Amino acid sequence: MRDALAVGLLSGAVAVYLALVGVVEQLHGRLVLAEPVRLSLGQVALFLAGLVGAMAVARRAAAGSPAAAVLAGALAGVSAGAVLSMLVLAGPALNVRAMFVNASPPLFDLITLGRGPGGVPAILALWGALGAAAGAAARLPAGARRPLAWGAAAVLLLSIFQELAQLILQAGERTAVVADLLFTSDSPTPGAAAVVFVATVALNALWRARGEGFRRRTETIPPAARRVLRMAGPALAVVAALLLPAVGGAFISQVLVIVGLYTLMGLGLNLEVGFAGLLDLGFVAFFAIGAYTVGLLTSVGSLGIAQMSFWAALPVAVIVALVAGVVLGIPVLGIRGDYLAIATLGFGEIVRLLVLSDFLRPWLGGSQGLLDIPKPVFGGVELVGPEHLFYVTLAFSALVAYVAWRLQDSRLGRVWMAIREDEDVAEALGVDLVSAKLLAYGLGAAFAGVGGAIFAVMLGSVFPHSFQLLISINVLALIIVGGLGSLPGVIVGALALVGLPELLREFGEFRFLVYGALLVVMMLLRPEGLWPAAEQRRELREHVEATEPALEAAAAPPTAGEPTGG
Amino acid sequence: MAGLLVVQGLTKRFGGLVAVNALDLVVAEHAIHSVIGPNGAGKTTLFNCVTGFYQPEEGRILFRGEPIEGLRPDRICRLGITRTYQNIRLFANMTARQNVLLGQHVHLRSTWVGAIVASRFTRQEELQAHREAERLLAFVGLRGKGGVLARNLPYGDQRRLEVARALATRPVFLLLDEPTAGMNPRETHDMMDFIRRLRDDLGITIGLIEHQMRVVMTISDRVTVLDYGTKISEGTPREVQGDPRVIEAYLGSRRASGGDR
Repeated sequence: MRDALAVGLLSGAVAVYLALVGVVEQLHGRLVLAEPVRLSLGQVALFLAGLVGAMAVARRAAAGSPAAAVLAGALAGVSAGAVLSMLVLAGPALNVRAMFVNASPPLFDLITLGRGPGGVPAILALWGALGAAAGAAARLPAGARRPLAWGAAAVLLLSIFQELAQLILQAGERTAVVADLLFTSDSPTPGAAAVVFVATVALNALWRARGEGFRRRTETIPPAARRVLRMAGPALAVVAALLLPAVGGAFISQVLVIVGLYTLMGLGLNLEVGFAGLLDLGFVAFFAIGAYTVGLLTSVGSLGIAQMSFWAALPVAVIVALVAGVVLGIPVLGIRGDYLAIATLGFGEIVRLLVLSDFLRPWLGGSQGLLDIPKPVFGGVELVGPEHLFYVTLAFSALVAYVAWRLQDSRLGRVWMAIREDEDVAEALGVDLVSAKLLAYGLGAAFAGVGGAIFAVMLGSVFPHSFQLLISINVLALIIVGGLGSLPGVIVGALALVGLPELLREFGEFRFLVYGALLVVMMLLRPEGLWPAAEQRRELREHVEATEPALEAAAAPPTAGEPTGG
Repeated sequence: MAGLLVVQGLTKRFGGLVAVNALDLVVAEHAIHSVIGPNGAGKTTLFNCVTGFYQPEEGRILFRGEPIEGLRPDRICRLGITRTYQNIRLFANMTARQNVLLGQHVHLRSTWVGAIVASRFTRQEELQAHREAERLLAFVGLRGKGGVLARNLPYGDQRRLEVARALATRPVFLLLDEPTAGMNPRETHDMMDFIRRLRDDLGITIGLIEHQMRVVMTISDRVTVLDYGTKISEGTPREVQGDPRVIEAYLGSRRASGGDR
C-alpha cells in the first residue's frame, strides 16, 4: 500500500508537471468527445498519467487478490488526484502563475472539469474510480485487456484524425451523411465513439478467438491464389496512394509531398548510413544542391541562367548532386565512425553558408534566394498545386526506391554491407574501398538531389534558410526509426516522423517534445526500427529455425568438408 | 632463392618495439609452411605485412617475383593472397551465403548500372556466383546453411565459413591464422585433413600460424620459428623439434604472455 501511495503521488506529480509546462492546455484545444461529455485530449493526457501509475501498482501487487489490486489502483488514483487537487487549491493562493504562466484559471477549470475548487471531492472520487478501474484492468486476462486497450486507442485515433476523416468523408455526398453522424464540427460524438470502441473490441476479440483458425485455413489455399492474395495488400496500398490527393484535398497532398521529399532524402541517406555504414550529418547539402541547380536552370527571374524546363533541368540537378557527393566524399574517405559524423556535419553548414554568402550573392541571391521558378508542365498541364506535385513525388520516390532495391542485392550492395560490417576485412578480400565509398556518397547524394529539384518547383523559390542542419538530423532520425537499411522502413519512418507531426500541427512546440520522447522510447523498446531490414528480422526468426539444422549437424559427426572437388 | 613468397630483411616497428626484425623467409610453392613462436613473437605481424594491413619499415616482400610491400590490401588480394583471422572476422550481420559471395567479389564484373537495369550479363553472373557460393559452402561442410546469419552460426561453422570466404577469392597463397584455435581434438583432426586437401586437391600454398604443436609437426612441410621478431630456427618439423634454441625459447625463458602481435 505504501507502494501505491508513492506511485500515485509520483503520477500526480507527472500530471502536475504536464499541466504546468502547458502540454495539457495545448492539448485541451482538441476534443476527444463532443457534448454532452466534452472530454478534451488535455484531460485525457492527465488521466493517462494517473492510469499508468495505477496500472503499474496493480501489476506489482500481482501476488495479492484481485480485490487488493483494485484497492491499490484506487489508492494510487486518489493520491494522484490529491496532488492535482492541491495544485487547484493552492495554485491561486501561492500565485504559482508568477513562475508558470500556464497555471491559469482555465487550466484549473479543466482539471476540475469546470467545477472550481468546490469540485475537489468529486475529482478525488473520479480519480479513485479511474484508479480502481485501471487496477481491475491490469488484472484482467490478456485476452480481455488487449481488445479493451485497442478499443480505447481506436477512439483516441478517431478523435486525433477526425479532421482528416471528415475531409475524406465530406468529399462524397453519401459519405458526408456518415460524417455528420460520426462527428460534430470538431470532434466525434459520444455515440460514434461508443460504436467505434465496441466495434474495435469485438473485432479484436473475434480475431483473438478465431484468428489462428483463419490463418490455418489460408494455408490450405493453393499457392497461386495465395500469391494473388499476398499481392492484394500492396496493390490496395498503391491504389489508396493514387487516390489520396483526390479525396484528401490540398492540405493532405501537401503533407504527402513533404513526406515524399523526406522519403527521397531518406532513401539516399539510407544508402550511405543503412547500407554502407557511413554516417553523414551533412546530408541536407545535396538536397540544397539539387534545389539550387533546378532553381538556376529554370528560373525566369533575374538570376535564372537557362530558363530550361523542369524536366530538362532535373537530370542536370541529379548529376550535379552526384558529383558533389563524390567530391565531398573524397576528403572523408579515410575517416571512420564518430569522426566521420563530425566531419560530414561541416558539409551541410559549408554549403548553406556558401549560398548565403555575399561572395556568391550575384549568382545565388544570398539570403533573398532564387525566385520565379516556374511550375513543371506535363503533357500540356501545368503542375501547380500539391495534388499534382504529389504524383511527381510519388513517381520519383517509386523510381528511386526501385533503384535502391536493385542495388541492395547487387554486387555493390554486398560490398557496402561488408564495409559496414568490417571495412578492413572487406579490403583484404579485394574490395576497392575508395570506389565503393564514393559510389555510396554519390548515389545517395543523387537521390537527395531529386528531392531538392522537386522542392524547388514546389516552393517556386529557393532560400538558404530552407536547408538547416535540423533537416539532416530529421532524415537520419527517420531512417533509424523506420529501421536502418530497410527500404519500406524509410517510408514508414517518413510517415511517422514527418507526416504525423504535420497532421498534428496544433500541438505546436510540443511536437518536438513528443518527437524526442518517441525517439528515446523507440530506441529502448524497438531498436531495430518500425519496419526492420530483412536481415534483422530474419535473425529473430532464424534463432528458432536454425536450431533444427544445428541439432541435425550435432547428431551427425561433423566433417570438415565433403570431397566435391575444387 | 626462388619461391612463391620471398621475404627479405623485413622489419616492422611499433614505436620503440621491433615486432619483426630483419626477417628472411621463403615459402616454396605447394608447401604447407608453418610459422610458430611464443606469444608476441611477431607471427601475426608478419601476416599483416604480407597482406598489406601494415606497411613494413624495411625490407622487401616478393610474391611470384613481384614486389608487393606497400600495396593496398585489395591489390594484394587480387594477386592471389588471402587470409583468415586469429579472432574470427566474418561479416556478422550478413548471411553465410553473402559472406562467400563477397569473397568472389574480385572475380565478378557486373556493374551497379547493370544491377539497376537487371542486364542479362548481371543476372547470369549473379546466378553463377550463387551456384559457386553453394558449392563452396558444401565444400567446407556448410551445405544448407547459406541463409543463416554468420553470427548465428556455431563457432566451428564460423571458422569453416571464414575459410570458404577466403577460398572464394581463389587464392594462390592462403594464410591461416590459428585455424584450430578453440577446437576440440576431433574438430582439430578434421581441420588438419581439410588443410591438407586444400593443398593437395586445390593446389593452394598454405601459410599457417598455429599453437598446437601436434598440428604443426604433423602437417607442415617446413616450419619457421620466431622469437622477439627474429627467426631463430627453420627447417623440417623434425629439424626444428630438435633445435636447442627452439626448446629454450619455448621452455627456458618463457615470458609472461602478452598480446600476440
